[in-house]
Amino acid sequence: MSILVNSDTKVLVQGITGNYGGNHARWCMEYGTQIVGGVTPGKGGQKFEGKVPIFDTVEECVEATGANATMIFVPPPFAADACLEAIDAGVELIVCITEGIPVNDMIAVRRVIDGQSKSRLIGANCPGIITPGQCKIGIMPGHIHKAGRIGVISKSGTLTYEAVGQLTALDIGQSTCIGIGGDPIQGTDFIDALELFNADPDTDGVVMIGEIGGGAEERAAEYIKREFKKPVCGFIAGTTAPPGKRMGHAGAIISGGKGTAADKIAALEAAGVKVAPNPAEMGSTMKSLL
Amino acid sequence: MNVHEYQAKDVFRKYGIPVPKGTPLMEPGGAKAAAQKLIDETGSEVVVVKAQIHAGGRGKAGGVKVVKGAAAAQAAADEIYGKTLVTHQTGPEGKKVQRLLVEQGVGIDRELYLALVLDRETRRVVVMASTEGGVEIEEVADKAPEKILKIWVDPTVGLAPYQARQLGYGLGLSGNAFKQFGKLLGQMEKLFMQEDCSQVEINPLIVTTDERVLALDAKLNFDDNADFRHKEWGDWRDMSEEHAVEVEAHESGLSYVQLDGNIGCLVNGAGLAMATMDIIKHCGGEPANFLDVGGGASREAVKTAFKIILTSPSVKGIFVNIFGGIAQCDTIAAGVIAATEELGLKVPLVVRLEGTNVELGRKLLAESGLAITPAATMGDGAHKVVELVKGA
Repeated sequence: MSILVNSDTKVLVQGITGNYGGNHARWCMEYGTQIVGGVTPGKGGQKFEGKVPIFDTVEECVEATGANATMIFVPPPFAADACLEAIDAGVELIVCITEGIPVNDMIAVRRVIDGQSKSRLIGANCPGIITPGQCKIGIMPGHIHKAGRIGVISKSGTLTYEAVGQLTALDIGQSTCIGIGGDPIQGTDFIDALELFNADPDTDGVVMIGEIGGGAEERAAEYIKREFKKPVCGFIAGTTAPPGKRMGHAGAIISGGKGTAADKIAALEAAGVKVAPNPAEMGSTMKSLL
Repeated sequence: MNVHEYQAKDVFRKYGIPVPKGTPLMEPGGAKAAAQKLIDETGSEVVVVKAQIHAGGRGKAGGVKVVKGAAAAQAAADEIYGKTLVTHQTGPEGKKVQRLLVEQGVGIDRELYLALVLDRETRRVVVMASTEGGVEIEEVADKAPEKILKIWVDPTVGLAPYQARQLGYGLGLSGNAFKQFGKLLGQMEKLFMQEDCSQVEINPLIVTTDERVLALDAKLNFDDNADFRHKEWGDWRDMSEEHAVEVEAHESGLSYVQLDGNIGCLVNGAGLAMATMDIIKHCGGEPANFLDVGGGASREAVKTAFKIILTSPSVKGIFVNIFGGIAQCDTIAAGVIAATEELGLKVPLVVRLEGTNVELGRKLLAESGLAITPAATMGDGAHKVVELVKGA
């Protein structure tokens, strides 16, 4: 009962020997994720935590461990290259956690992703993906989740935790939660994730969390109106954000009067999405739809 | 990051993109000499004095003067320098002119518009061109969108010559100007990629009376994420154009935007920080800031963040809203306590902690002796802080 990841997913970690990557690799293992290998160029042959083998290249790691997913913690100057290496090695699911990758680098990565069909990229600059109780690939706190039948898609990390926390508190479990990231260029967008949830027999409804900037929420609304068969609860962060000011995320800026929260909320409501009136009511709004 | 017009034109020169001859001035004193030099070099008496601020719409606000002769240039410089310009991009408080650009005047035949910017929908750089240069492009986009021509650049191929020809013909260019435009466009695309721009805008791009193409104005924005490969950006930055507190926050790895309200917010994560502003407003309050302490917030960063809020005179109440993921509640609590120990706490403080190490964080706050109003949820916290500020 999930999309993209489950208890069979075998995960490798690019950047496992860094402090940040190492900590999160350990926490994912503690959650129950199968971390089968790590990659750090120049450290091949070593072991992480005394048991997880480290390789110099993604290709070697995949060949030796059968990994079909990767979690990337490589620093921004080298992160796009890490994504390209994972695509080249045929890794099916690439989850790039790294924040602060130059946009031009991601334009190129996305172009390569679009030119092939084996790999899917989630992120960058995202909290990752989790199927509660089965597999956590990312930096989200595992314990707030609960296995169930609601999908969550979000541009924002902590706001996703907020939504998940509210759902769990109302005893509404989650099938899979995907953080798609707040950068202008993403590997997986709202529509990609919605299509997967639409086809998943074990997902009954979706919470979709957007924010100001760009037009992804508006395009998702068109898709929902056209094809999506399950109830959707929406929330858009940034109703009070002033135009022209970047709100933390590289993509969260209202420019030239476009990408306002009001426009996005109107588009979602026109598509039949029930938009939570404030961020404290995401869980209860979803509940009202079930 | 933004830079001034004269700095953008220096970058243009590096790429062989034609711009007028000119001299930047940090004070008005040298305007006469700079103008005389231009007059001697060009043989024309016409000189333009331009205010250098990080905002468009300078002409309408009186920040650009076309004059004849060096003495008149000096008079224009004295008039513009130190003036506060209010344009549609500066906000009502305006921007004070502290730098000038003295340029040669050129004979204009046509004014065009040209810009390169990321198109998020196609995930490519889009080149936009229009015959309606010299006016606000937002107006053109509104009233006559068909007059904005667009081509999209395939990142693996780059801008193809046929695309440049498409735009050149579309703009009605011919002869020498057509050729120069094609060359300029190719260089613009190189500049955009190599200099890691998020936007390049030339308005107007002119065709001169002697059939040359020239960037009369220049606007560059850079992608902050790429600063690690552009050490030169540090020298180009004009701190007087930026909000001092926002700069301080940025240097501590915080993301901070000052707003008009009186409730200070300290939050982890950009989305939750925006949502916190929204819920304060929803409860009838006004947020004083957007502040994201980031994912791996250290105790020091949180301390700096809390000090920024505490020292803001408009802040009448504070809401700390944390959902710890990577950020740990105990680290946040320690930073908040350290800042209040140094500066004292004179306004109501509402704290909502959730997530990683929440018990430890709550314990630290409880033992600190600070007058903290705890909140169970973000909705509860927002209500409480708004009530406390109203009651104060």
